[in-house]
Amino acid sequence: MSTQVIETEDDLDFYVTPKPDSASDGHPDTHQDYEHENGTMLGFWIYLMSDCLIFGILFAVYAVVGQNYALGPTPAELFEIDKILLATFFLLFSSITYGFAVINMNQNKKATMMLWLLVTGAFGVGFLVLEAMEFAHLLHLGAGPDVSAFLSSFWFLVGTHGLHVAGGVIWLLVLLVQVLIFGLTPANRRRVLCLSLFWHFLDLIWIGVFSFVYLTGVII
Amino acid sequence: MATAEDSVTQAAADTGNKMHWFWGKLNWDVFPFYDPLILGTFIATVILATGVLAFLTYKGLWGYLWKEWFTSVDHKKIGIMYMILATVMLFRGFTDAILMRIHQALASAGILEFLPSYHYDQVFTAHGVIMIFFVAMPFITGFMNYIMPLQIGARDVAFPFLNNLSFWLTFSGVILIMMSLFVGEFAATGWLAFPPLSLLEFSPGVGVDYYLWALNIAGIGTTLSGINLVVTIVKMRAPGMTWMRLPIFTWSTLVTNVLIVASFPVLTATLALLTADRYLGTHFFTNDMGGNAMMYINLIWIWGHPEVYILILPIFGLFSEIVATFTRKRLFGYTSMVYALCVITVLSYLVWLHHFFTMGAGADVNSFFGITTMIISIPTGAKLFNWLFTMYKGRISYELPMMWVIAFMVTFTIGGMTGVLLAVPPADYVLHNSLFLIAHFHNVIIGGVVFGVFAGITYWWPKAFGFHLDKFWGKVSLVGWVGGFYVAFMPLYILGLMGVTRRLSQFEDTSYAGLFALAAVGVAMIAVGLVAFFIQIAVSIRNKEALACGGDPWGSGRTLEWSTSSPPPHYNFAFTPRVYGIDAWHYMKTHNATPPTSNYDAIHMPRSTMSGIAIAALMTAMGFALVWHMYWVALASFAATLTWGIAHTFNYNRDFYVSASEVSRIESGRAAATPAE
Repeated sequence: MSTQVIETEDDLDFYVTPKPDSASDGHPDTHQDYEHENGTMLGFWIYLMSDCLIFGILFAVYAVVGQNYALGPTPAELFEIDKILLATFFLLFSSITYGFAVINMNQNKKATMMLWLLVTGAFGVGFLVLEAMEFAHLLHLGAGPDVSAFLSSFWFLVGTHGLHVAGGVIWLLVLLVQVLIFGLTPANRRRVLCLSLFWHFLDLIWIGVFSFVYLTGVII
Repeated sequence: MATAEDSVTQAAADTGNKMHWFWGKLNWDVFPFYDPLILGTFIATVILATGVLAFLTYKGLWGYLWKEWFTSVDHKKIGIMYMILATVMLFRGFTDAILMRIHQALASAGILEFLPSYHYDQVFTAHGVIMIFFVAMPFITGFMNYIMPLQIGARDVAFPFLNNLSFWLTFSGVILIMMSLFVGEFAATGWLAFPPLSLLEFSPGVGVDYYLWALNIAGIGTTLSGINLVVTIVKMRAPGMTWMRLPIFTWSTLVTNVLIVASFPVLTATLALLTADRYLGTHFFTNDMGGNAMMYINLIWIWGHPEVYILILPIFGLFSEIVATFTRKRLFGYTSMVYALCVITVLSYLVWLHHFFTMGAGADVNSFFGITTMIISIPTGAKLFNWLFTMYKGRISYELPMMWVIAFMVTFTIGGMTGVLLAVPPADYVLHNSLFLIAHFHNVIIGGVVFGVFAGITYWWPKAFGFHLDKFWGKVSLVGWVGGFYVAFMPLYILGLMGVTRRLSQFEDTSYAGLFALAAVGVAMIAVGLVAFFIQIAVSIRNKEALACGGDPWGSGRTLEWSTSSPPPHYNFAFTPRVYGIDAWHYMKTHNATPPTSNYDAIHMPRSTMSGIAIAALMTAMGFALVWHMYWVALASFAATLTWGIAHTFNYNRDFYVSASEVSRIESGRAAATPAE
């Protein structure tokens, strides 16, 4: 009623005033709230897009200088694709298990949800361990980020993703504690969904890294 | 790679050797007390700061400031804090401008002793960085913060705590920049710190590090603020306010913040890569080992060009509001204004290469970017014509804001035309990095952004404080700024055409001296304008009873911010307004809408929090420690930041209700301030 243009201009309602039964009728206009509609999910989406842009820049940088080996090692000499594949599956499975967690949350099964979140976190930690082993291996081979522009851009792209996953794991642990203490409140449900977006987003980025950096690197 | 005769590299090695496990690079030698100019500034600053702190302590204002301002999440107070921050930094940046003008006037006449060239290089770098990041940005963020929620009939922004944090992160950047004046040095690289000059090899000091950490911390704040304001506009408009009923300033805020969200991450990533080159020895932008310095210049301008539209678009919106208010007409071509804003938003991403046609990308690439640059002047021109058509046959009242608008329209048009001239690649090859370019962008930034800021301050000051600004001193300020601008920058156009390049600290040919002297006179006139602005505020505060005003002080306000009292209560609107068309408040006035004076409802509001200022303080400590390579402090403050951030998420008690009786009490006290006139 309030959003359409009213032609008869005599008795327009210019202010949102409380109705006697405003608590029960649920009409959004009578809600005297500073939050019209919670914007957290939208805000988090926009944040993810801005983060996506950071990865976009890192991918672009890799595209520009990623083949400047400066007489140093090349991808084919460095990448152990089987271990990377394992790490990739860890991350992909963690996305599925996060999906299970959200399904359980929607069915109000708190304990099962937390269990699936723990599994997700374990996969995340597993991924990080594999990544740390890969980085240690590279350092052992003398292929640190200061060797060539290729290695600089490689370390930065993969490392930034790894830092995000580490941040996601910390967030996940904090959230588990919060759900344990405060239960599945609307705020906590929203947080679980935000982390879910974040987690799947990192998965997507990793698919880009895996195909663009690792697969392309060992094929060429 | 370091050779014995390469003294710069040697200096870098020396700095490396001096590293202390506890103090990092910090030691007594870094305080530049050998320079009498900096020493004098330092003493003056200490005296001034001590005076201010003593005054606040004497008046017992700390508790008030902490409770009502520093920890406040009220968008209006945060907006005002942004404006104060920007004004203080305008003073600092303008001091740098005076130094530069005096130095060049003297140096071109053969007197070279004023500033050592290394100091001069820091001054022009600081001037650029401060004016863009810590003057223009906080000014426009301040306007958007204060005005936009009022215009859409909201009670606050979507994420009030984030808003507070954004402000303090910007403040954190300011602290780091100001510290560099007295502890160590600032970058001497130009305001965008192009490599290879900004790499460790050629800038071994801490100047570039100050630059990087200050901008990275402030940049996070800006991105968060961008997300916040976009969500606010999307989710929190008053009932009935459809997209094409949004006030034009709110539209410009929306596109500006979309630009912020879509460009500041590029800055963050680019600066992070440069930081890695300096701290971790990576090879993104180095001359050797496969690095590519031009990649930095491309990336930084992919942020940098949208940035100039981030500065000017909200100002366009602000001018549109002022023109409509003071011609007492609906804005001409509202729809075309909206489309022009959107077109500029998109096009601003397709022009970045015009900042370096001389890179040598070839005729095809340069033609593309030259043409897109010229195309962007079309929607801008459409906006100018819309303002002119709004004024046509309007009942124009030449109040102060309107005078600034006229000054803007003339000045900005000239600046726009020289911009189109620079967009022609062959011409740009001649004019690139000359004073002609300097004159061009000051022409659009001073003529556009700065004039707009003053127009906006005089226009919305009565709303924010409940009294008008003094008209006489406002006119003095206007004459000083506008006259001073022309006297200061028209000579630079001519000098640029004569072949003088930017950032010169010494001259062999004294035939430029006359024009440089004229430019120095211009900067003195601008100084008069700036001082007059401060006097204007002081005089107005003293006479505030005589200058007092109601909710709609100009009598012809058209948008919702004028529908509440001046200053607005902290919840903005006791009753959320309903919107039935463009210019909602004008519509309400013509339909005799009167706000109810009883039957108030409790209002849901966010609580204040100290987390914003605490997190920003910890991040400042982290930035400072990283500048000086005090890694243990950096690690500790990073851990503390993380801990505080996590602890903050355990606080679920973030809002409260202003009871109906409290609202009733506040509203009855404001009867006189509600817009009855």
